Formats: sequence, structure tokens, C-alpha cells
Amino acid sequence: MSNAATPKGAAGLRAKDAKPSSAKGSGLAGWVDDRTGAAKPVSYLLKKVFPDHWSFMLGEIAMFSLIILLLTGTFLTFWFVPSAGQVIYNGSYVPLKGIAMSEAFKSTVDISFEVRGGLIIRQIHHWAALMFTVSITVHMFRVFFTGAFRKPREINWVIGTVLSLLAINEGFTGYSLPDDLLSGTGLRAAEGFMQSVPVVGSYLAYFVFGGAFPGEAIIPRLYTTHVLLLPALIVGLFTAHIVLVAVHKHTQYPGPGKTNDNVVGYPMMPVYMAKAGGFFFIVFGITTLMAALVTINPIWLYGPYNPSAVTAGAQPDWYMGFADGALRLFPGFFEFHVFGFTLSLNVFIPSLVVMPLLYGIAGAYPFIESWVTGDKREHHLLDRPRNAPARTGLGVMAISFYLILFFAAGNDLMAIKLGLSINDITRAFQILLIVVPPLAYWVTKRFCMSLQRHDRDLVLHGRETGRIVRTAEGAFFEVHQPLPEHQRWALVQHQSEKPLELTATVDANGVRRPGAFKERLRGKVSSFYFADSVDPVTPAELAAAHHDGSAHEAIEAPQEDAGQGWVGQLHGGAEERPETDAYAPHEHQHDHDHEVDPDSTTAR
Amino acid sequence: MEPTGAEGGHPGTALGLDQGHTEGEGGMPERFANPGLPPHVSRSADLGEHAARRAERQVAALFGISMVATVIFLVAYFAIDQNTYRFVPGIGQANLSNIVLGVTLGLSLLCIGLGAVHWAKTLMPDTEVTEARHPQRSSDDARAEAVETIMAGGDATQLARRPLIRYMLGGALGLFALPLGLQVAGSLGPLPHAELSTTFWRKGMRLVRDPELSPIKASDVTIGSVFNVMPEGIDKSHDVLEEKGKAAVLLMRLNPDDIKIAKERDWGHDGIVAYSKICTHVGCPVGLYEQQTHHLLCPCHQSTFDVTEDCKVIFGPAHRPLPQLKITVDAEGYLVADSAFREAVGPSFWERG
Repeated sequence: MSNAATPKGAAGLRAKDAKPSSAKGSGLAGWVDDRTGAAKPVSYLLKKVFPDHWSFMLGEIAMFSLIILLLTGTFLTFWFVPSAGQVIYNGSYVPLKGIAMSEAFKSTVDISFEVRGGLIIRQIHHWAALMFTVSITVHMFRVFFTGAFRKPREINWVIGTVLSLLAINEGFTGYSLPDDLLSGTGLRAAEGFMQSVPVVGSYLAYFVFGGAFPGEAIIPRLYTTHVLLLPALIVGLFTAHIVLVAVHKHTQYPGPGKTNDNVVGYPMMPVYMAKAGGFFFIVFGITTLMAALVTINPIWLYGPYNPSAVTAGAQPDWYMGFADGALRLFPGFFEFHVFGFTLSLNVFIPSLVVMPLLYGIAGAYPFIESWVTGDKREHHLLDRPRNAPARTGLGVMAISFYLILFFAAGNDLMAIKLGLSINDITRAFQILLIVVPPLAYWVTKRFCMSLQRHDRDLVLHGRETGRIVRTAEGAFFEVHQPLPEHQRWALVQHQSEKPLELTATVDANGVRRPGAFKERLRGKVSSFYFADSVDPVTPAELAAAHHDGSAHEAIEAPQEDAGQGWVGQLHGGAEERPETDAYAPHEHQHDHDHEVDPDSTTAR
Repeated sequence: MEPTGAEGGHPGTALGLDQGHTEGEGGMPERFANPGLPPHVSRSADLGEHAARRAERQVAALFGISMVATVIFLVAYFAIDQNTYRFVPGIGQANLSNIVLGVTLGLSLLCIGLGAVHWAKTLMPDTEVTEARHPQRSSDDARAEAVETIMAGGDATQLARRPLIRYMLGGALGLFALPLGLQVAGSLGPLPHAELSTTFWRKGMRLVRDPELSPIKASDVTIGSVFNVMPEGIDKSHDVLEEKGKAAVLLMRLNPDDIKIAKERDWGHDGIVAYSKICTHVGCPVGLYEQQTHHLLCPCHQSTFDVTEDCKVIFGPAHRPLPQLKITVDAEGYLVADSAFREAVGPSFWERG
């Protein structure tokens, strides 16, 4: 970054911190600008505003983990030998002395025991890989539940989905490289997956492994895939991902002063330079501390791969857990023998269909939702998850499905640790996989609507102060304090969607209209999404709740009760507090010159 | 905007709080208005130079800790032997070099990060800045211009007027990738032929222990015992690991009366039976034998096979029974294969039948 541009961006922010700018642009920065014209784009970039929220750091963790992975991964290539050639170990780790192993395994043991500081680099690399996949996943959840995938960000959502899929496969190729007993068993299973492909399975397996399993080709091929092919794709797509974030400008949570037409936050220079730059060091530092204190993948304990041996409690790295769980739950009777051929769907579906299918549905979701809502507007303000109950429900449903598969991959460990029958556990998971997701949808949706109603309640009646007032007549009520305008805005700013009207399936002449079925389907899905939506409080409702004279808009207390005064209306009491600001009508005064409808943007 | 509307009159309209939007008839707006940015709340460092100084010292101290940790790392790299093990509370015996190098490197990095973030949060401006957004879509003029440029460029190539070039170009571009695709796909690996259906086992081969490779007398196999078995001479094979991956066999002796299937008894020897160790699900070695129930359990995906019923699947995702190896004894009393495997071992594939 050029220094000359720096004070310019910061100058407007804090004059006393800014050094006098070298307007002529002499020195190195001037030299570079003379040849590149970088001053303008650099100052644009440094002034760029990013909104602040903890959940926006999830993607940053993924980005920084990727950098850590590239750095430590490059180090590891200096010592790792990607060869399946057999050698006899004679290094300093005594238990393995004299044992035949592949050069890949031996060089990994050597990185751990002979290369100074090699173990810490290896462990940082593995921990960073887990952080990378975890943060990508949680970042994806954040984007989903806040509706950040909506127009114009659909392309970036698809890129992110592909990145996530590439990342877990990059992880798999990585942990398979050391050729230890655990990862070798994983490769053996992967070869079984390939064999299960209808018609061409055995050819596919022989092509990938360069002949019979294990062969000597797979380690070098995995190596090229792991250090060149997949990283190139990931870095390329990641760059596109970030460029699109800059082009779109970051989304922001709704709040006072934030609209669909602006972005409110801190500028790149200096605040995000320090915060995000510092956060890189925090992520790197914490990953390194984990690598220092918690052993990961101690391949020297597993020993070299041997196709006739196996370890009990064989689990893949966490991100492959759902696929392994699917394999454990899918019943064997899905293998068929027809016309002298074997169709092994009990393996093919869970191993090679489930993963692309789940990711395919995820990638398609923005397009499904925009078809249902018919919404073609740009959205830069995020949804609070509760304000999109159906979407949030669907998301939790997907997560519950994923998690059940994930935990099913640990059925053997649960059986041992909990002293239960492995058969019962597996059966239970099979049932849960079918029963829980719809239940999760329903419960989540209800939960969201309940939270929305709570928001309404809070806006209408304010916070309970805990202050009990006794009136002159001897009645008691608790004083409620209305929300300040700035706090209230977050609870009332959204617009709730309404289901699409079902149009007639026949035209005026009684003839079936073309596309009527599609329209009906769309109407049905729309009402599935929005039939029971809860609206935000309107100014009129708030006024009515305050008993300020808008009697016909009364919300809670039927007018018949009015004769009894406020007795029993614990939420009220405004009449008793004429001098307090809170309940008086002036609460609703707004300067409507500044009113902005967050949804009336775009599409010129 | 004053809430008016008292003049309207429908007494007794009671609505639940969740009954949605209620239209007001007064002059009230339909929606609340965005109140604009909240007032800025000053931090202690904004108000007093004393607090700012303290923040400055904290940031500097964090950077200082980072430098100290870096120096310790540099010293420890040379000073601590790579294979020194020490007791570390909470961890146990641990590689001292790894812990010291990792903790110092971690602190060196972490403190830079904490210092920078603390600096940004306490001393750098925290007044929110607003930037305008613009629709992503280009203006109609820009769109029209782009279309025009593309169309004009297309016209200039005369592709529309010269179909010969168009078709030949299409053909050339359509075909050029084929040689590259053929080369990589065609040369990646050999065709499997019958390799997946055959193993190293031949009639008359002795069963030997794995990994000692010593032959097994029938009398060595007591009831309830289990042996990992390989065919004799597998260590001399050209592809040892590949052959082991298919030929691995489990040898068990059951009480002949416990065996429920006549074929299983016939293919064994006096209650001694041999089955492929390679799971018919995805090929993991079936490593766990439950002596009491005579069940074989695959540790990868928990497929369970019943040895008393010709190793049929009684639980789990596998479908086919483990293939049995027909065995007998030779003149010296050693167990030998009476035949090769009569079906493919391991995971299913399309043409295995």
C-alpha cells in the first residue's frame, strides 16, 4: 500500500493524527503512481466503508485460515516426500524402528521428529484446516440465516458453496497424504465408493488409483491435487468472492441510520486495517497455540498403512463426518443384482450422491426463494433470522439433517463410551434422520414467530422497569418504559412478506391457462413461507397501545373494560404519569423528511 | 406526526397482539421512520488524555510481549533438543520443543493482533461513516453501448456472412480438447480386466499367519480362536500390498454343531472356516471377531456378519456375505486352500455379477 495515499484517507477522520500530505507525490509512492496511476484506486479502497458486526468475522477467519494454510503448507512441501515407495524406518522414533513403510509416511514422521520445529508447522497446518472448514460452514450459516444471499449476491453464494465443497475435498486429499493406517483406511473406502458407480465403477477406480488398490500412483496424484489443483481453484474462487464483496459493498444489519441505500461503518484506513490486520494475527496466534498444546493426527501412533489391518474407532476429519455417517445409516438392501450386474446403491448414494446433492440444494436456494417471493429487488439490509421464520426453519432443518449424519459417524464411539448397543444407536439415528428435520423446521418457525411477537410486545409496552406505583385509589401497577426511538427501530423496520394471491387456473372462457400449474405451485409454496407471518408494530398500533385517545385502535383492552379504568392493565399506567416523557404522544414525532423506506430502492 | 384519529369510533374492537397490521384512519404513517444514526458515545480515551495514555501503554505492552516471545522462540529453536520430553501439567509427557516453540510463536502473533485491535478500538476514530450504495445494474445507455460494441465486433468478423468459417471454427474448437482429454483419461490407469474378481489364492496354497507368514496346523486352531491369514508366498508377489488388500483372510474354529449352513461346514475343516477379511461394503478389513456370538464386525461402518450362517449380513450397510475360502489339510496336517475364492472379494462393482 502506498504511503502517500494514507494521510489523505485518514485526514477527514481525525485531523490531528494526519501528517501533512505530500501533495506533490514525490518519493517512492510518487514513483509508483507515475507508472501505475495507483493513487486513485488505492485511496478509493482505503476510504471504503465496512459495517461492524461480530458475525462478519466468520468469513474473515476462513480467509485468514486459508493464508495460514498456504504458508504452512508451502513449508511442509520442503520436507514431505510424495512417494509410495517402500523404505525401512530407522529414525529417532523408537517404536517404528525397522518397520517397512512408504516414503510419504516416513517423511511425515521425520517432519514430526527430525525437522526442528517441523511438528509445530504440521500441527498448525492441520488445525488451520479444521478452522478453515469450520469457519466456512458457520459463515455459510450466517449468510443463509440473514438472507445475505439475496440479489445481488446470488453469484457469490454459489461461489461460496463451491468453495466450501472444494475446501472439504482439499482437506480429504491433505489428510490422506501421510499414508498412515487411518487415512489409508479412508482411501480404501474411497476406492470402494468409486467401485460402486454404476457401469463404470471399476474403471473409475483403476484410473484414479492407476491400477489395483493401493498402488504407487495415488500418493503422488493426491499430492498434485492437494498442493496445486485444488489450491489454485480455491484461491481463484476466493479472489472472485472477495472482489464481489467489494463490488457489492458489505451487507449490514438493520439499525438506526442504516438503509438499503447506504453502508454505515468504519473506513478501511485506518480502522479496518488495524482491526482486520490484527485479527489475522489473532487467528494465526490462536491456531498456533492450539498446535502447541493439543496434538492432532499423531500418525506415528497409527503406524504405516497396511491393507489387511485396521484401527477400531476409525473416524474421518470432522468435515467428512456427515458423508461417513450417511454411509453408516444407509441400509444394505439398496444393493440390487439385475441381469447379471450389481447395482450397489447402498454405497453409491451415501458416498457419491449425498454430498453433491446437499451442496446443490444449498447453491440453488437463493433462486428457489426468489422464485417463491417474486422479489427482484436488491437487498443490502440483512434479515434478522426471526423475521424470516420459514427460511430460518428450513435452515435449521438442513442443519439438523446434517448434524444427525455427522453424529451417526460416531455411533461406534458412542456405543463404547455410553455402553449402549451399536445396533440400537444406528437404528435410532436412522429414525431420527427422518423424524427430526421436519420437527426442527416446525419448532424453529414457531420459535421465530414467538420471538417476533415478543418484539411486538416490547415495542408496544416497553420494558418492565420493576417499579411498582401505588395510585391514590390504592391500585398498583408496574411502570413500563417505552423503548427509545433508536432501539425501537431495529424491531419495527422490517416488512413482512405476504403470500402471493392464487390466480385463477382458468381464463375468462373457462380454458386452462398455460402455466397454471406452476402458478398454483408457486402460490402454495408462497403460502407455506408466509401464510402466518407476523407484522411489525405500526405507529398506529403503538399509539393505540398507549391509550392516548385512539380508542378505536385499541389493541389489547376491549373498550368495555374502559369503565373500570386501568385496573388490571398492568402494562399501562400512562394516565398516572402525566409528566413523564415516555408515554406522552410526542413520542411519535418524526421528521418525515428523513423517512426512508428500506425496500423501495433499486431497479431503475 | 401527531397521533390523531380519536374522532373515529368503533368501540370494542379488540385485537390480539399477533393479529397483524391494523390500519389506522388518522393521519398516522403506515410505518415508523428511520430515526437516523444514534448520537456518538464518546470513549474514555476520547474524553481524557489520561485514559488515552493508558490505552497507549497497553497497546505498547502487547507489542512488547510479542517481541519478547519472538526472542524466546529464536533461543529455544537452538537451545531445546528436538526430542526432549517433559511432564507438562494438564498435558502429560510432551515434546518440550514443540510446546515452547508453539507457545512463543503463538504469543508473538497473538499479541500483535491483540495490540492492533485494542489500538483500533480505543484510540482510532469510532465515528461511523456513511457511504452511499448504487444499484449494481449498469445504466441503460451503458448496456446499449455494450450490446452495440459486441454486435459491431461480431459483424466485423463477418461470421454471419461466411458460414464456411463459422462451421469449420466450430468444428475445430469442438474437437481440439479431445486429444488432451483422451490422453489423460486413457493413460491414467490400466483396465481392471478380471483383477477385481481374482486373488492370490490358488488350490493347494498353505494358509500362513499374518504377519509372521508361518503355516498353520489344523491342530493349532482351537475352538474360539481367530487367525489373520495370508496365502503362502504372498511376500514374494510382485505387488505385495495390492495382493494383501484382496487376499486377507480370517480363520476361525467353531464347534461344528454351531454351524448352521451345510456348505459352510463342507468348505471348512472340522469346524475351521476361512472367510475373506475384506468387507463387502467399501473394503475395510473386518477387524473385530466376537468369540461368544460368532459375529464379525467391520470397524469402519459397523457391518456385522454372522459366522455361523456363512457370514451373512445381520446388521449394517453391507449387503453381501463375506466370501468363504474353501480349505482342507495337506499330508503334513497344515491347512491349505482347496480352491481359489469362487467369487470376487471386497466391495461391489457393476460387472461382478
